[in-house]
Amino acid sequence: MYVAVKGGEKAIRNAHKLMAKRRRGDTSVPSLTLEQIAQQLSHAVARVMGEGSLYDEMLAALAIKQARGDLIEAAFLMRAYRTTLPRFGYSQPVDTAKMLVERRVSATYKDLPGGQVLGPTFDYSHRLLDFALAAEEDGLEKPVETASPEDASMPRVTDLLGDEGLMEPDPVTDEDAPVGDLTREPLSFPADRDLRLQNLARGDEGFLLALAYSTQRGYGRTHPFAGEIRYGEVEVEFFAEELGFAVTLGAIKVTECQMVNQFKGSAKTAPTFTRGYGLVFGQVERKAMSMAMVDRSMRWQELGEEQSAPAQDVEFVLSHSDNIQATGFVEHLKLPHYVDFQAELDLVRRMRGEWFEKRRQEEEEGDTAREAAE
Amino acid sequence: MTDITSTSSPDTEASAAVGARQKVIATLAAASAEAVAEKFNALPPQSYELVRQPETGLVMVRGRMGGTGSPFNLGEVTVTRCVVRLETGETGNAYSLGRNKQKALQSAVIDALWQSPAMQDRIETDIIAPLAEAQQGAKETVREETEATKVNFFTMVRGDN
Repeated sequence: MYVAVKGGEKAIRNAHKLMAKRRRGDTSVPSLTLEQIAQQLSHAVARVMGEGSLYDEMLAALAIKQARGDLIEAAFLMRAYRTTLPRFGYSQPVDTAKMLVERRVSATYKDLPGGQVLGPTFDYSHRLLDFALAAEEDGLEKPVETASPEDASMPRVTDLLGDEGLMEPDPVTDEDAPVGDLTREPLSFPADRDLRLQNLARGDEGFLLALAYSTQRGYGRTHPFAGEIRYGEVEVEFFAEELGFAVTLGAIKVTECQMVNQFKGSAKTAPTFTRGYGLVFGQVERKAMSMAMVDRSMRWQELGEEQSAPAQDVEFVLSHSDNIQATGFVEHLKLPHYVDFQAELDLVRRMRGEWFEKRRQEEEEGDTAREAAE
Repeated sequence: MTDITSTSSPDTEASAAVGARQKVIATLAAASAEAVAEKFNALPPQSYELVRQPETGLVMVRGRMGGTGSPFNLGEVTVTRCVVRLETGETGNAYSLGRNKQKALQSAVIDALWQSPAMQDRIETDIIAPLAEAQQGAKETVREETEATKVNFFTMVRGDN
């Protein structure tokens, strides 16, 4: 139980002032601009937008600056800010097949229609610290290469396999069917896949990574292949009631991952590949992949598999994926719990008193018995 | 017999008009606040009334399971919108990602002017076409830079060498 405390206003005020000073650091060093954060720490910005569940690069940059680079704190600030804004409505589902692709790789097909493009990536690098970055003023020494793009579309890999009937089709419901929304109703169980995907999309990257890793190590094996990972811009369209037509609000960057997994089939369905799906704001491939693996793991029931591992436990996964909730509950332990602790203190004193009393009695009884024997 | 190639039916005309308007709103939405302001400030001063104050809110973005399946909620975006009416009666709307209210207001005025027969050509030529061209150019640059990273992986057959 947490009981409110009074007092400490002055100390808190001063602590916040001191925090602001420490955040600013040495004033002879220029202050970070939001543009610098948005441009040069784009992965941090993407993570904060994803886990804060609010896409706005400059807001995320501000949150990162305010939180001194604590990305969970920054995501918390984003979640708090969104509660101050009205909701205009829901967008039309984004079409990732029409993405302005900056990166697209497949671990299952060498030769894809539209080809594979590596784009901006840390992959294939040697992970050696680049001291040139520390030394140089401006950073960009070499201009990037360009090439004339062939005018080829980039169909999703899973659509290609789908043509042969080797891939399970995507589940399609009535377009007017309600779509679960965690910002409207709290999570409840059983949770359908729409709620699960929303929860994973804003879930903690580290938590999902660990769960995905656990499935690879044998805790609920799904034998995944990265069918396709693509990253780039998709347009967001919104049906404006007052206009009577859809308007394009602009473009957002997303990473999509299609994991391709095994499926033994059933009496009703022939064996096909099954799928897990990941879609996240920004270039966050590690999380998109983890999301797809955990999404697939949680489909065990629908696919007639056995449940044996934490990553398959929908209630466990969804209840612990949100780092804002998690940090709230863990970190609240820092707040005064004096009344609560006082009760525990009384309890432990009483228990100790009883324990010593009992021991004294036993000793006395032992002494009496010994004397009697003598 | 109906001529199916005819483009003059009221329905197709109406949908072409909607398509053109959608492009105006989308082009202004995709432009930076600075670019919209620069174009707006080059116009003669306009008188208009605010039908809906510039307002920032949220739109929940949806994705589809597996890319083509049932929708789910991915996360929200900030959006700013505005509606204005010109003295001549045209109503202009703006909808754009982000929180820039000045951009929303200026975009709504430009959208309204685009609908007035007297101004449409000028708005199209001076504002919409150059903004759209710049946006197309930026996308083309991304495509060209990306294309240079196109990869061909070869499978090494074991025991081949």
